[in-house]
Amino acid sequence: MTIQFNDETFRDDYTFHNSDWAIRRFPFPFHEDSYMYSVNMEQHRGGPAGSVYEKRFDVDEHYVSEMKDRAIVLAEDPLRCQSLPHMTLAGWDLLELIMVSKSEDYPDLFELHRDGNDWRWINRPLGIDDRFTFLDEATLPYGPMEYITRQTQGDFAVLDQRDENLWMDAGMVTTQADWSLDFDIGMNFFEWHAPVPLAHEMGIFKRALKFLLNVQQGNPARRLNWTMTVNPLLDTSPENYHKWGIQKTTLTPENIGSKQHLRVELQTFFRLPRSNALVFPIRCYMIALQDVVTVPKWGRRLHRVLRDVPVELATYKGFIGNRPLIVDYLSQFDDGLPTSDGIWPDLDTEPPLRKG
Amino acid sequence: MSAGTEKIDVTVTDIVKLNDLVTRFKFERSDGGQLPTFSGGAHTVVEMQDDGITRLNPYSLMSDPMDQSAYTISVRRDDEGRGGSLFMHNRVKTGDRMVISYPVNLFSLDLRARKHLMIAGGIGITPFLAQIKQLDRLSGRFELHYACRSAALGSYVDELTANHPNAVHVYYDDQKQAIDLQRLLTGQPLGTHVYVCGPKGMIEWVRKTSAALGWPEEAVHYEEFLAPQSGKPFQVRLAKSGITVDVGEHESLLEAIERAGIDAPYLCRGGACGQCETDVIESDGTFVHRDHWLEDEDRASGCKIMPCVSRFEGRTLVLDR
Repeated sequence: MTIQFNDETFRDDYTFHNSDWAIRRFPFPFHEDSYMYSVNMEQHRGGPAGSVYEKRFDVDEHYVSEMKDRAIVLAEDPLRCQSLPHMTLAGWDLLELIMVSKSEDYPDLFELHRDGNDWRWINRPLGIDDRFTFLDEATLPYGPMEYITRQTQGDFAVLDQRDENLWMDAGMVTTQADWSLDFDIGMNFFEWHAPVPLAHEMGIFKRALKFLLNVQQGNPARRLNWTMTVNPLLDTSPENYHKWGIQKTTLTPENIGSKQHLRVELQTFFRLPRSNALVFPIRCYMIALQDVVTVPKWGRRLHRVLRDVPVELATYKGFIGNRPLIVDYLSQFDDGLPTSDGIWPDLDTEPPLRKG
Repeated sequence: MSAGTEKIDVTVTDIVKLNDLVTRFKFERSDGGQLPTFSGGAHTVVEMQDDGITRLNPYSLMSDPMDQSAYTISVRRDDEGRGGSLFMHNRVKTGDRMVISYPVNLFSLDLRARKHLMIAGGIGITPFLAQIKQLDRLSGRFELHYACRSAALGSYVDELTANHPNAVHVYYDDQKQAIDLQRLLTGQPLGTHVYVCGPKGMIEWVRKTSAALGWPEEAVHYEEFLAPQSGKPFQVRLAKSGITVDVGEHESLLEAIERAGIDAPYLCRGGACGQCETDVIESDGTFVHRDHWLEDEDRASGCKIMPCVSRFEGRTLVLDR
């Protein structure tokens, strides 16, 4: 399938929108009617055709516009992309992983031609055709990690592995759920997760770290995480909180369906072969509540999950103030019928909304 | 989910006897494709079908990590061992098909180091061969101190000294040459990391000496693969699987569990990585802990065992597996 790329914005006039195709393939994160933390990891080995799990690095209709938004963020704040000196090899690893994956998974969009270390990379959607020497930084316009992540949707945390821990030693972070690479750079796994409530006490991070240290070459893993964002704003960073935090006060019963978005991160984990580092791509998908509820099962379930999620979690995820408004709105789409297990929309088998 | 590692079908394309003890094996993909790149210090687990027994032994990859056409390993013959190295030496022939795992690295370079100081004993040279090739490409600074029994048993000494005349120092036991460790560790520039691979005694020596000299623990790296040792046969009950398994004299607890058809987790099979850690539900007897993963309090509690290398002597052992 050739993807039709949207011309849209993630700021100012917010023309971002999901097509019916994008709505149906949205990675809805709740497999049951309630939510609590878990180490919900699974192998990242493809998934149903057309789903966001199918390819190693999903490319969708937002690709070109997301890359334009990233370039704007970087022009205003170059510290969103950092790589400590020892992480350059991991950057080449990442460039190789993405170029090989995308050229194999989307041959109509991307091409990679390799003759020893002489490489040619063609990125059709972005109009790029570059020749460079693999492992020679002087032949690229940016460092290898920055070069390839300016062309790949999602944030990237590149983690060094040493001393039985993971270290946030490089990254490209412009579409984040309120965390800062500049603040976290050089921190270890427990340090950068310190602000998360409840999970430490549950032992979640110890188990998660043990799992991640053992992610091996050729065997990537994935999980979903989620939060709520007012307006389809990719750059919900602490650095710009003064610009976007205020937008959370603009919700009304009339505009909430279009303004309030469910924000889902598809997090994947790949061992990088040459450096033994771990890359953690964090891909952000957004969907307006009014689009979520076009899938009856998701409307029912999202209402129940957000209504019942613990206060600490709603506070940490930043929607505690708007929760009454959100739950009120979603209650119109919950007729109390049971929902099927799993995250899939099940449009053919789940009953339509019973009008009260 | 055993090992979490992918397998690769390979063909043995070259076997070179280096000296009385060490033989080198070259593997290429049987389907003609390219092998994954890896990082210096990585190992592969080689599967051996030895008369009905499946042996899984880890060997350090010693070839150039950037060379995707072939992997090489060097195997030291252990006449006292349980047979893995003897199988490789006596039974494997050029042209044989074998199965190996994707590379796994439990001994990687700390790429922050200003200088990499490598200390090798005997066959412990193999991970350094790949690391040196990697550092060569990246213009990394290293210095190797390599102790071997005699010139006749000094695997790769000629190649190393020819390629890196100013960075390689060799010591022969039979000529009473020894590494002056105290002096070596005292004279290193700030930002040096030390790596040691060799016999248990050598690793202990480097760890203790560096600690006494105030080296930070994070700057001292070591890899010691323990081979599982033989021991008295014993019986184990696997509670989750609902079966009882006899562990033979010459097989490890992990091997016995696998033989019973249970897919148990593992990675290094040498007591180092922690992946096979198993909870003990009940025991009446003595544990023979041989790993270097469990903490002292884990051992004292009698609640955990590393089945890749550790054994049990006594009446009852029930595991949560």
